Amino acid sequence: MAKIIVVTSGKGGVGKTTSTAAIGAGLALRGHKTVVIDFDVGLRNLDMIMGCERRVVFDFINVIQGDAKLKQALIKDRRLDNLSILPTSQTRDKDALTRDGVEQVLTELREEFDYVICDSPAGIERGAHLAMYFADEAVVVTNPEVSSVRDSDRVLGLLSSKTYRAEKGEAAVKPHLLLTRYDPQRVSRGEMMKVEDILEILAIPLLGIIPESPTVLRASNVGTPVVLDPKSIAGKAYEDAVSRLIGEQLETRVRPMERPGLFQRLLRRTA
Amino acid sequence: MFGFFRRPRRATSAQTAKERLQILLAHERIDRSSPDYLPLLQRDILDVIKRYVRVDGDRVDIKLERGNEISTLEINIELPGARTLHASSAA
Repeated sequence: MAKIIVVTSGKGGVGKTTSTAAIGAGLALRGHKTVVIDFDVGLRNLDMIMGCERRVVFDFINVIQGDAKLKQALIKDRRLDNLSILPTSQTRDKDALTRDGVEQVLTELREEFDYVICDSPAGIERGAHLAMYFADEAVVVTNPEVSSVRDSDRVLGLLSSKTYRAEKGEAAVKPHLLLTRYDPQRVSRGEMMKVEDILEILAIPLLGIIPESPTVLRASNVGTPVVLDPKSIAGKAYEDAVSRLIGEQLETRVRPMERPGLFQRLLRRTA
Repeated sequence: MFGFFRRPRRATSAQTAKERLQILLAHERIDRSSPDYLPLLQRDILDVIKRYVRVDGDRVDIKLERGNEISTLEINIELPGARTLHASSAA
């Protein structure tokens, strides 16, 4: 039976879509049949990060409303055989999402895939609620920054009360902390909270630490999930996160940030 | 070299962030399970006090200070003084 995993955060701009793309591609690389779904109705972006924005014909909302078959809306990734994308609508609004419709689509996807990754919109409104509602596990994306940690805590509260599993009294949605935009140098200067601090506050298991990295923007510029960039430290960190997600035991490590090139270092020195 | 020894032991901003979050989230986690009771509390307290003294609804000030060890709820109700009472009863 497939696992449904929501990538959520409460706060916007912390890296949910980047993480969805990276985790989805990472799972597919390891041979798991994976689909990533965009729940941000009206602000579609997963298609751009995945690099398939020009291939969108039908979307999630078309399927929910019976205007298209699920197979027609699913876009097969051109790089990874095991990976598919279900884009959302760019023109409709979030009211087009219904709980029954979402459930139907997820049930159908569960038949065909090993992992269903739901990319939640920011906030805690309808789209975010439905993205987490049917989840088995949750990746809570958090930046080492007070407002993001606070919002993550709020989202954890919702995961334990406003989901199918919570309402039916089943085993709780399993949360994982994914710490993104981590800067070890700023941490050592006392300017940024440590991993340990955030783990102590949120009290959920750590899935991974993604260092602040220029390769993340580069990956989004060209529409490639960052795990497909072999030189990217962030990509490597996402691969570690994927390993833990599928249950491998891995020691916690903070990967060092990419060192600036010689030229950049010289420039900095003279500046 | 001696700068290190002379540097005052001040908390880093990251430590401050952690402490602020710990205090705030401890409260928010409790509040999540209970409804927002402050407006109801204000109404009930005013109702009781009004049974004994005249109170102007605008002259009520409620403050809540959330601390780590204790929180304080401060309710200030301004009661009319002798002069205003006298003036209003004469009118």
